[in-house]
Amino acid sequence: MNPYYFASIALILIGLYAVLTKRNVLKILVGLSIMETGVNLLLISVGYVSGRSAPILSEGITPDRAVDPIPQALVLTAIVIGVATTAMALSVVINLYERYKTLNVEEIRRLRG
Amino acid sequence: MNDWVAIFITALMVISAIFAVEWRDLLAAVIGMAAVSLFASIAFFFLQAPDVAMVEAAIGAALSAAVFIFAIKRTERYESEEEGTGWWARW
Repeated sequence: MNPYYFASIALILIGLYAVLTKRNVLKILVGLSIMETGVNLLLISVGYVSGRSAPILSEGITPDRAVDPIPQALVLTAIVIGVATTAMALSVVINLYERYKTLNVEEIRRLRG
Repeated sequence: MNDWVAIFITALMVISAIFAVEWRDLLAAVIGMAAVSLFASIAFFFLQAPDVAMVEAAIGAALSAAVFIFAIKRTERYESEEEGTGWWARW
C-alpha cells in the first residue's frame, strides 16, 4: 500500500483537529493550511502510477509511459487558490486584532457588538 | 529502497504537522507548517510531479510562511494559556 495515502489522510485529520479544537485564530489558519497540503498530496498520489515518469514530452517518453497529468494541473491551480485565501484570511485576522486586541475566538465572540 | 525513502518522508511530514499544531509559540508553529510544505514538495518530486514540487516549494514553504510571519509581527506571538480551570472559566 502506498504510504502517501496514509500521510495525506493523516495531514487532513491533523488540520481538522486544529480547526475544531484550537482557540487562537492564527493556529486555526495554520491547521487550515496543513489540511490544504494534505488534500493536494492526496490528489497527486491518486494520479501516480508506479514505475512511470513525469508527464513531460521528451526523448523516449510516450504518453503511455507517463503518470496522469490532469491531477497535477488541478493541484497547481489549488495551491494558488489556497495561498490567496490564506493571505486574505490573514488580513482579516490583522483587522480583528486591531479592533479587539485579542486573538482568542471566544473572547472575540463575547466582545462582539 | 525507494519505498523506504517514501515512508521516511511521509513520517517526517506527519511529525512536523503534529508539532506545528501543538507548539504554543506561533512563530515555531509557522516554521513547522513550512517544514510540512517542504516535505510535501519532496514527496511531489518523488511522485513524478516536478512542476507541482517547484510551485509548492516556492509558494507553500516560502511565500505562505513569510505572509504568516508578517501577520504575527502585526499581532501577538504567543498563544495564551488558559487551561487547567475547567469549562466555566472560559465563559
